[in-house]
Formats: sequence, C-alpha cells, structure tokens
Amino acid sequence: MKRIGRCFVAMAVALLVLFYWNVNTGSVALTPGEVLELLLLKRGDAVALRIVWDIRLPRMLAAAILGGALSVSGFLLQSFFGNPIAGPYILGISSGAKLVVALTMIFFLGRGMTIGSIHMIGAAFVGAMLAMGFVLLFSTRTHKMSLLIVCGVMIGYICSAITDFVVTFADDANIVNLHNWSMGSFSGTTWSNVSVMTVVIILTLFVTFFLAKPMAAYQLGEAYARNAGVNIRGLRVMLILLSSLLSACVTAFAGPISFVGIAVPHLVKVMTGKARPLIMLPGCFLMGAVVTLFCDGIARTVFAPTELSISSVTAVLLVPVVIWMMLKRQGGR
Amino acid sequence: MEQESSNIAIHLAALSVGYGRTTLIRDIELKVRRGEILTLIGPNGAGKSTILKSIAGQIEPLGGVVYLKGQDKRKLTRQQVAQTLSMVMTGQPVTELMSCREVVATGRYPYTGRLGILSQQDWRKVDESLELVRAEEVAGKDFMELSDGQRQRVMLARALCQEPEILILDEPTSFLDVRYKVELLSTIRDIVKKQRLAVFMSLHELDLAKKVSDQIACVKGDRIERVGEPEEIFRGDTIARLYNMEQGSFESLFGVPQLPKVEGEAKVFVIGGGGSAVDTYYRLQRQGIPFAAGILSANDLEYPIVKELAVEHFVSAAYQEPAEELLEAAKRRIEVCEEVVCTVELFGTYNAFNKVLLQYAERLGKLVERREAENG
Repeated sequence: MKRIGRCFVAMAVALLVLFYWNVNTGSVALTPGEVLELLLLKRGDAVALRIVWDIRLPRMLAAAILGGALSVSGFLLQSFFGNPIAGPYILGISSGAKLVVALTMIFFLGRGMTIGSIHMIGAAFVGAMLAMGFVLLFSTRTHKMSLLIVCGVMIGYICSAITDFVVTFADDANIVNLHNWSMGSFSGTTWSNVSVMTVVIILTLFVTFFLAKPMAAYQLGEAYARNAGVNIRGLRVMLILLSSLLSACVTAFAGPISFVGIAVPHLVKVMTGKARPLIMLPGCFLMGAVVTLFCDGIARTVFAPTELSISSVTAVLLVPVVIWMMLKRQGGR
Repeated sequence: MEQESSNIAIHLAALSVGYGRTTLIRDIELKVRRGEILTLIGPNGAGKSTILKSIAGQIEPLGGVVYLKGQDKRKLTRQQVAQTLSMVMTGQPVTELMSCREVVATGRYPYTGRLGILSQQDWRKVDESLELVRAEEVAGKDFMELSDGQRQRVMLARALCQEPEILILDEPTSFLDVRYKVELLSTIRDIVKKQRLAVFMSLHELDLAKKVSDQIACVKGDRIERVGEPEEIFRGDTIARLYNMEQGSFESLFGVPQLPKVEGEAKVFVIGGGGSAVDTYYRLQRQGIPFAAGILSANDLEYPIVKELAVEHFVSAAYQEPAEELLEAAKRRIEVCEEVVCTVELFGTYNAFNKVLLQYAERLGKLVERREAENG
C-alpha cells in the first residue's frame, strides 16, 4: 500500500511541476513570482495576464482532463476485451467520433449555424458508438485480439479517409479550424469548453468509479465474475457506453489523440505493481493527465512558434511503451 | 447416514440442458444433501460440463428447475445465488498482477459494499479459505507464478471464500499430476465433511470417483443412465458399458491412488481377507471412520490396502498360523471397537483364527455386521 501511496504522490507532484512548466513556457517568459501572482491574484502585466488566463490555462486544463479521460477510457476497453492492447485510438473509436463530428460541423457551419460543446460531444458519441458497433460485430466472429485490432485500425483508416475528404472539399472559412482539430490539438480551447468537459467527464468518471467492484471480479474472466454474482451483460454495456463517452468527449474537443489510452494504463500497472480497478481508475486519470500535459508542452514548444499535432508527440513518446508491453506479454507466455 | 429432506441442498427437477436449441441431456433428476459428494462420470463430450454449467447459471437450462435449498433458483437474486453456490471451472484464469490473496478475495464480491472494498472480516475469511486448502504459504505470491496444482487450490479457496453451501467442481483434477489429484480430492473431502457442503462435480478418474463420492451419476446418451452409491455403480460391467469399452475391462477392485487414511482411534474392526473387505475399507475411509483390520496373512491381496488405510492392522506371516499374542492383541482391539464388520463367508483351515475372532466379537455382544463380498 505504501508503494501505491508514493506513486500517487509522485504523479501529483509531476502534475504540479508540469503545470508550472506549461504556464511558464512560450512567447512570454515570466519569473516564478510573477506566475504565482498571475495565477493566484490575477495581477500583473496585462498581456501576460491575457495569455496565461485566456490561452494557456484553459489549454492546460483541457490537456490534463482530456488526457485523464482518454486513459480511463483505454483502461475500460482493456477490461472489456481482457487485453491490454485495446484502446480507443487503435480500435478506431476516436476516428469514428472524429468523422461524425466533422460531418456535423460542416453541416451546421455550412448553414451559418454555430454548434455548442454539448452537441459536439453528442456527435462524437454517435461516431464512437458506430465504430464500436463495428468492432463488436467483428468480435463476435473472432476471439483473436490481433485480428480485432487490425479491424479496428482499418475502421480508423476508413473514417480518417472520409474525414479528410470532406474537410478538403468543404470550402467554408471556418473549416480551416477543422483541419487543425482533425489532426488532434488542444489549441484554441476556451473556458466554456473547459467547463463543459469538466462537468461531463467528472459525471462520467463518478459513474465509472462504481464499476471498480464488478471490474475487479471480472479480472478472473467472465465465468468467475458471473459465479460471484456480477451482472455480466450490464457490466459489458456500461464498459462500452462509458469508454465511448469518455473518448467521444476527448475527440469532440481535441480531435483524435493516439496511444494515450493504450499506454497509460500499462505505465500505471508497472509503477504501482497492481492492476486493481479501484487503484487503476484514479491512477489512470492522474497519469493520463501527466502524460498528456507533458506531450502538449512538447507539441507547443519544441518547434515554437510552429505547433506539432498532439498525436505526433504522443506517438513518438508512447509507441515504444506499447511495443515494450507487447514484447513483454509475448515473453510472459 | 440418512438425513431428513430439509438437508437437500440442491435438487434438479426434470432439468434439460444443452446449447442454443440443441438439448444434450434431458430429464435430469438428482438431489445432493449437505455433506455429500455427487460425481458425474461418463465419456468425454457426454455433457457433464454442460450440466454443471447449467446448474451454476453459466448457461441457461433448457427446461426444468434447479432448486437451491428448496427454492427455485430463477426466483433468487444474483447475490443470493452467489452466496449459496460457487464453482471451480476446468480452465484456470489468466491474471495480471494479482496475488493469490487478491484472487481469493474476488470471492467476497456478494458480501462487499458498492466499491467492493473488503472489510477486515472479509480479509479474515480470505485467509481462512486459503488455510482450508492449505495454500496459506503462497498467499502473497503472484497467481501466475504458481504450479497448476497450487493454482487449483487457490481457485478452490476462492470458491470457499464465497461461503457457499453448494460447491460445483468441473473436473477439478483435470490437469494435475497424480500427487496433486490425490491431495486436492482429499482436501475437498475434508472440507465437505467439516463444513457440510454439498458438492456436485465431474471427474475423469474413475478410481478416485469411487473413493470420494457418496453418489455417482453416469451420464450417457441424452440421459443420466444410472445413479447410485459407488458400490452399486462399480459392480459388474456397468463401467465398461458406460464407456463402451470393447477391449479389456474396468478393474473395479483396485484403484491405485489412495487418499490418506482417516486418523484416530479405531472405531470399527474389520475381519476380512481375500479381497472381500476392500469395499468396506473404502466405505469406512470415505465416511471418515477410522478402523482396524485383521487378521490378514501377509500375502493376502487386501494387505496393501489395509496397510495404507487402516489405523491398526493385524498381520500374520504368510502361510503360517498367527502367533497367540497376535490373536490376543486383535481380541483386545475388538473389545474397544464400537462395531465389528465381518466380510468372510467361508471359514476353513487357513482362516480359522478369524472365526475365533468373529465368535469372540459375537460373545462380547459387539454390533456385528456380516457383509457379503461387495465385488462378487
């Protein structure tokens, strides 16, 4: 238990350090004193105040919250499939969400209407569920996870291709934004975005937390969970709905973000030495926030003022983790 | 041994089982009392597993009713069922970063609160279960690091941790080597008697089935072909017919692996010889009654069994009359035993001493049971 406590403290400290680093890197350089003054007292240089409060802070919060949500979504999918290689990006769920969001935006923006965050989440959820539906359909035909992942990757490619197609041929000026978004980015997040995502994600996570108990029994497989009295169908439905909702929320605000959902749960397991859902759920959220905030910091600063898409950073940093994990599993059998 | 009907833990009434629309076995009528072990035997693919899974609710029965403690199982909540019945499946689960203690702890599911956090009492129950199956020393180890035999013990502990009254075991010994098979079954038998559980299981090993079961049900075709005590089932050619054996036969007398003997002060004295008392020895052992046996000649075919199972045995050198001291010692033993069983039918020159013992027992007014050889 001590080790787990230390892990959580370490993650919290890392998060604080990253917050500070993110606030304080970019075109405006500040001293630690100025940062504290800006954050706590909302006092200081007017330009710095604007940059920190209107641009950096909402973006950082979004990166942390959405990164956490994405990791929890990955963990739920891994529990569902009983396999640590599952994740919302690799199974095509993020891309499905992206497609429907893009279509919805083009449809509404083309008619001069604006759409709110909630509608974006709704559209993304529909897309996520559609992609998930295909994956589930395939999963009734094969129990081989490798095959299922190939199917997921293909669904992802098809969805991305269609998205690119419609984005390319949509000529509205607003859609310039769409291109950035469809590559995955936290830039341009507003405070109203942050408040909507916070409410939706906190509510979803609250419900998810109560799945910790049946998920723990489910760790021994379906048969033993059923024997212990778990409502298997109910649990499976909840896992699908909640993981789709979480990744839909992420996609609606930041576009598809690769490999966070698959790598972070593994990192948490390695760190804590445990796979208990009661530890994993908050652990994944924290770790996801840390990893994503770190990656966003890099995306923003490495080639500043040019920004990288968040997925290119997460891919470079997290794919090695995924490969390591796959090789380790292979060796274990 | 007869118990009143309220002790019936599980009752299958006109149960039909199968997959989808295909009925594999129909009209199953079986009852198991608390403290009793019922074993399903039958050829591979006969549907033993299907029956067990249907009882445990892993698949839906196609007809009929499963009564748990007299109540229709369909009318009970998942939690109520889980608190009454638990199961050990054939395949062992693959776990990730779970200690044995955590694996066992999943059995507390029907007792914990919303977040599934175990109370101290729950953890105590987990440790007790591990002790019952004698796996306490591996409690902290990762489940995947154990041997098959140890893992099976831990899975049994998980099932016990659910505090069931009914235990379903699907081929609990299937991939264990002979030593683990015997250890596991003797553990199961001890626990069943101690906690008065009703056990419904399937076994491949007929020799072991004979030794641990109170009832045996033969699954063949789409029916339960026969149900009865092992003595009835393992007689004549029942087994050979059940398995459609065309070559060879099933040697019903000697099952080679033995469960450990029942320790304690001998309560029953068995006068046997020539194989007539073999079934009596197994029956006493199964019922947990310590016994003494004699007087046997050292070359008697019962000797190897008696040596393993009797707490005290009186053996004379081959082809010789027993010494006077041996006869006297056997008499002293008979005096303190509660019961004397004699399976010898014919007395002649070579077992006259046993006739002396029998008459002595009758004179003492000991409850004497004359049994015919059960393996005619």
